[in-house]
Amino acid sequence: MISLLEVSGVSKTFDGFRAINNLSIQINEPELRAIIGPNGAGKTTFMDIVTGKTRPDTGQVLWGERNESLTGLSEAEIANRGIGRKFQKPTVFENQTVRQNLAMALKNPRGPLAVLFFKEPRTDADRISDIAGEIGLADQLARPAGELSHGQKQWLEIGMLLAQDPRLLLVDEPAAGMTAEEREKTTDILKRAARTRAVVVVEHDMEFVRRLNCKVTVLHEGHVLAEGSLDHVTADPTVIDVYLGRSDA
Amino acid sequence: MTQGFIIHNRSVMWFIGLLGLFTLLVTLGSEAMGTGVISTSLVKTLGKTLCLCLIAIAMDVVWGYCGILSLGHFAFFGIGGYAIGMWLMYARTETIVTESLARQVIPPTPAEVTDAIGAQIFGVVGSSDFPLIWSFADSLILQLLMVVLVPGLLALVFGWLAFRSRVTGVYLSILTQAMTLALSLYLFQNDSGLRGNNGLSGLQNIPGFESTPQATISLVFFWGSALALGLGYLLFAFVVGGKMGSIVQGIRDNEARVRFLGYRVEGYKLFVFTLTAVVSGIAGALYYPQAGIINPAEIAPIASIYLAVWVAIGGRGRLYGAVIGAALVSLLSSWFTGGGAPDVNLGFYTVQWTDWWLVLLGVSFVCVTLFAPKGIGGLFDYLIRKPR
Repeated sequence: MISLLEVSGVSKTFDGFRAINNLSIQINEPELRAIIGPNGAGKTTFMDIVTGKTRPDTGQVLWGERNESLTGLSEAEIANRGIGRKFQKPTVFENQTVRQNLAMALKNPRGPLAVLFFKEPRTDADRISDIAGEIGLADQLARPAGELSHGQKQWLEIGMLLAQDPRLLLVDEPAAGMTAEEREKTTDILKRAARTRAVVVVEHDMEFVRRLNCKVTVLHEGHVLAEGSLDHVTADPTVIDVYLGRSDA
Repeated sequence: MTQGFIIHNRSVMWFIGLLGLFTLLVTLGSEAMGTGVISTSLVKTLGKTLCLCLIAIAMDVVWGYCGILSLGHFAFFGIGGYAIGMWLMYARTETIVTESLARQVIPPTPAEVTDAIGAQIFGVVGSSDFPLIWSFADSLILQLLMVVLVPGLLALVFGWLAFRSRVTGVYLSILTQAMTLALSLYLFQNDSGLRGNNGLSGLQNIPGFESTPQATISLVFFWGSALALGLGYLLFAFVVGGKMGSIVQGIRDNEARVRFLGYRVEGYKLFVFTLTAVVSGIAGALYYPQAGIINPAEIAPIASIYLAVWVAIGGRGRLYGAVIGAALVSLLSSWFTGGGAPDVNLGFYTVQWTDWWLVLLGVSFVCVTLFAPKGIGGLFDYLIRKPR
């Protein structure tokens, strides 16, 4: 197990609002990690900073064995380093088929000219059907993604992440709007992915986090409030105070 | 590869077939072939229409597929026209001047010839010196290169600045509009070096073919336009057909998602913007010799807005839709505004189409946008059963 991502002392202020306040998180490879916290705790901003959408005011984001700094890189460069991101709302390309969606995500040259003259190698078709099987969409490959159900779209997006073959998956509320059965399947997909990769799941839903059965980081007002097993953090009085107390109410 | 590509795209096959058939029919009916069913001026109109179809598919790729609502692509069209127009005017004036000076007792020096050409071309704007931008006007090859290079470089620089700063949506549209407006206003000035509001004229006279009748010249240009449209269609069908099409449409639908997949969106936009600008330049270079004249009013912002209207009415996101829209609306437009359409007498008011055409066009644009967002091309979805 090695340290894959190291966020240290990161702060970000938006118009006077401290979204992230001296945040430090370390993610190993492989690892499954859940990040929880009330609204405005900085979960999404944390993801924005890691994926290059937002530049932090201070602090460092270091990546991989060579401790490369990610803070100056563009979204595309960071994605190509091996960080995949799933958005809260399922964002698949609805006009295109499931196969096209997965093909776009597959690890291949990303430059315009390489793409223009791209010829799909035979192994790609196998990769696509493997991933489609993994996310339970094997018989849906020819369908436009817009026709899929909400849960299927979420899985397709996770599938696109897997197709990128990233070392780190950042998954924002994967279970939102899912039925109990769909949640179970989502948990399985994420757990399997976390055997070989680092998977960070941002979640609101405690029941879902319990099922993931992993190390939990609690964020509050832009910094880490507690870290450890779910039982450990839920027993922490400060956590009960700011988070659990409120969500129960 | 190309063969398989055409066979796998039935709409491309249909389009090329129909374009070929249309070209054949026009050729057989033209005055140049002796039948004269189709007048020379109609052949010119049809040839020009093909050029407009070519810029329309370029617009469809940049807007309908990539989601960049450029309201400046007619600037590239105009630049292409000016580039070829400079050579046409220079070479033709040179012939005339040389002929008239040849009657003098003392043979003229090259400097005298150049001065005389300059006086001929720039007399209307009170000048006789060649501006710097005319440096290559005596070379057809170099000016043809300009047709491609100038729009390409302008689009490259403009696009690089705009896309790098992540200007999108309506702001980008306004920027492109400002670009074409600035260019048009600049060209309106007499000292712009391109004859101000007079523009370049006499472009229908092709140097070296003075004795060839216009009937033949118009037909040759018609063929050229048809060939360019066919090749342009193939090129764009190839670009938007494969994985490139996937990415480009992905950028249209959700730019941020494409970025997080690891694609440099700016590079793709720049590629599409520049490629379509180059094709627009070529379309313009074929259009203006058939129109005979180009002036700065041609690249006023309204022209680029019309272009967007054609594509919207024809159907965004499908190449044949853009062709249908451009052909239908531009031909209807010249019919209505050219006095072809009979006035409608309502008793209390007479609808004169020269005035009311724009209202009709505006209403149809609004109706298409509201009730048929897929445009006329969308009708084909009902005709063709989707293979499942």
